[in-house]
Amino acid sequence: MYKILLREDLVPSIHLFKIEAPAVASKAQAGQFVIVRVDEKGERIPLTIADWDREEGSITIVVMAVGATTRKLAQLEAGDYIPTFAGPLGLPTHIEKFGTVVCVGGGFAVATIVPIARALKEAGNKVISIMGARNKDLLFWEDRLGSVSDSLIVTTDDGSYARKGVVTEPLKELLESNEKIDRVIAIGPTVMMKFCSLTTQPFGVKTIVSLNPIMVDGTGMCGCCRVEVGGETKFTCVDGPDFDGHQVDWDLLFARQRIYLDEEKRSLEMWEQLSKSGSEK
Amino acid sequence: MPKLDLNRISMPKQEPLVRAKNFNEVALGYTAEMALAEASRCILCPKRACVDGCPVEVDIPEFIDAVRQGNMRDAVRILKSKNSLPGICGRVCPQETQCEETCSLAKKGAPIAIGRLERYVADWELAQGEMEKPEIAKPTGRRIAVVGSGPAGLTAAADLAKLGHEVTIFEALHIAGGVLMYGIPEFRMPKHIVQTEVDYVRSLGVEVRLDSVVGKTFTVDDLLGNGYNAVFLGIGAGAPMFLNIPGENLNGIYSANEFLTRTNLMKAYLFPEYDTPIKAGRRVAVIGAGNVAMDGARCSLRLGAEEVYIVYRRSEAEMPARLEEKENAKEEGIIFKLLTNPKQFFGNDQGWVTGMECYQMELGEPDDSGRRRPIVKPGSEFTIDVDTVVVALGTTPNPLVSKTTKDLEVTRRGTVVADEETGKTTKPGVWAGGDIVTGAATVISAMGAGKRAAASIDETLRG
Repeated sequence: MYKILLREDLVPSIHLFKIEAPAVASKAQAGQFVIVRVDEKGERIPLTIADWDREEGSITIVVMAVGATTRKLAQLEAGDYIPTFAGPLGLPTHIEKFGTVVCVGGGFAVATIVPIARALKEAGNKVISIMGARNKDLLFWEDRLGSVSDSLIVTTDDGSYARKGVVTEPLKELLESNEKIDRVIAIGPTVMMKFCSLTTQPFGVKTIVSLNPIMVDGTGMCGCCRVEVGGETKFTCVDGPDFDGHQVDWDLLFARQRIYLDEEKRSLEMWEQLSKSGSEK
Repeated sequence: MPKLDLNRISMPKQEPLVRAKNFNEVALGYTAEMALAEASRCILCPKRACVDGCPVEVDIPEFIDAVRQGNMRDAVRILKSKNSLPGICGRVCPQETQCEETCSLAKKGAPIAIGRLERYVADWELAQGEMEKPEIAKPTGRRIAVVGSGPAGLTAAADLAKLGHEVTIFEALHIAGGVLMYGIPEFRMPKHIVQTEVDYVRSLGVEVRLDSVVGKTFTVDDLLGNGYNAVFLGIGAGAPMFLNIPGENLNGIYSANEFLTRTNLMKAYLFPEYDTPIKAGRRVAVIGAGNVAMDGARCSLRLGAEEVYIVYRRSEAEMPARLEEKENAKEEGIIFKLLTNPKQFFGNDQGWVTGMECYQMELGEPDDSGRRRPIVKPGSEFTIDVDTVVVALGTTPNPLVSKTTKDLEVTRRGTVVADEETGKTTKPGVWAGGDIVTGAATVISAMGAGKRAAASIDETLRG
């Protein structure tokens, strides 16, 4: 069992958990993930590592409460325990001195981009970050991302804060500017990663995305997370999660993410009913 | 000399059409009367040829004699002195090619049902509620890390603990048991039996650390540098093989590993009580013809499929599955499409598999495996409508450990090079056994390898 050391609500539907997991913390690197199970009948889901503290022996994850598992997790408090927390899994994000790197974080994946931006900065890169959210109420960690970036651009889809629009707009402007961009790292919803890749492709700038298919074991055993990259089948859990965004078969990824839509809906409805009857008691 | 009794007592089973709709155990086990009758057929021949057929050298005539005398405690003791997992072996060992093949009565066509008796003894002990603990040697002060909690790892851990060593098992998943938990279905290998035998291994003083992915959470060198005197790798052959033909990544196409892991380990057959879902459609094709393929096909039926095919490129004679599993599958209504090999999969605009184009095959000369080579019949393509496909072509070693361990020699197939007698690898302090060395094989051969490695580790650490 793994103890929740801290829980913080970054915005009402996005939660930070610091989990006691010394073995995972001793090995964690930017870009890796953990497999989490929230209760004894729960499924195994991958969650990206947002931060770690080797001395304290803790891992930080940031979760958006959207499905049954993430909503169950969102009900837990500091002092509670979760049964499964395995990792760090997947390959770390490739970090070296590239020159100027643009880091794009969308939605709750801003939490994931922070340690990557930090590692890139520490490796001597100039880091320009772009973070985007649907609206002001979903924005968090502007200060944290800012502190590990040379400059930061913030967008909201509805213009309720900072620049109105989506992240691909400032990304395109940067690519068109005089600044030589050596690499782009885009992490967020699949559709955002796809459009970031499409935006950078004409400029020939290498673009790394962190894919998020459905997984079970997370160790290369089941092949549930297979994706096609450059025409080859890859397992996201062991060959990724980072891949070259220009090579990814996005339509396949979208289709495979939808395999269990009906079941996910059913689980969520059941969970909502259970939690409703629970709160009435 | 009394007349030979050739009436091998059959095992009661759930009716095929009933069992095809539930996940309860198919084979129901002997009653006390059946066990006594079967045990009484053993002629206790001095040859003890059955023991030669057992990879872990169980004293078979002695335990059978104890059953015959009604000394069940003795039967348990004799069995468990060589085999820590009798409830598992009694269910999934291919006895027909091992102890029962070498049994003196096999020549007469009625070998003693050693596996069924083994299961009877294990189940008897379980029903008593309390497990007897064997004698444990005094602590040696040596620490051993066992990587993987499948048949090889559990056996090595149990033997080493009995010899007085301090043993920790590192298991990547959230439950111990390896393939016994994620692979073999409940109706063939009830999970509470596996957990009882894992608990028995724990009761010997073995610590089990779950969620510990060696190669990620720890490396083998971390273990050796952190106070472990030896490491045993019993990590199995966990990576799935695919056909590598067009359309294989369509929705609805599973590796057998995924299909069985969802069903067994994650209990998708109890969705939505359990969170993990599975899609077993109306028409399911399982590609392959080993025991895992039979498991996939029989799980599909139980998950509600209407028509389930085994699609195999050779003929029935070459099928690698145990006879018993083939028969069980046929009785339940699985359709065998033999001499059939998939060419490509078709899907709809939502990305779901809808059909499979296949070749008709014919058999040519024997290949390296000694089986007749399947050859494509030109122009024989035809299509089968399917909405779920389970690819059960076998597994290869997962490279997570070998890629992160210096000086560990690996073959081109990805298996770890280890001495057959001792399990010693090319890396000092590291032993290996089971599927990671041999490639996918049986539970009992993995246990035999775990046993031999434990003896070698003990000898080396005492030396």
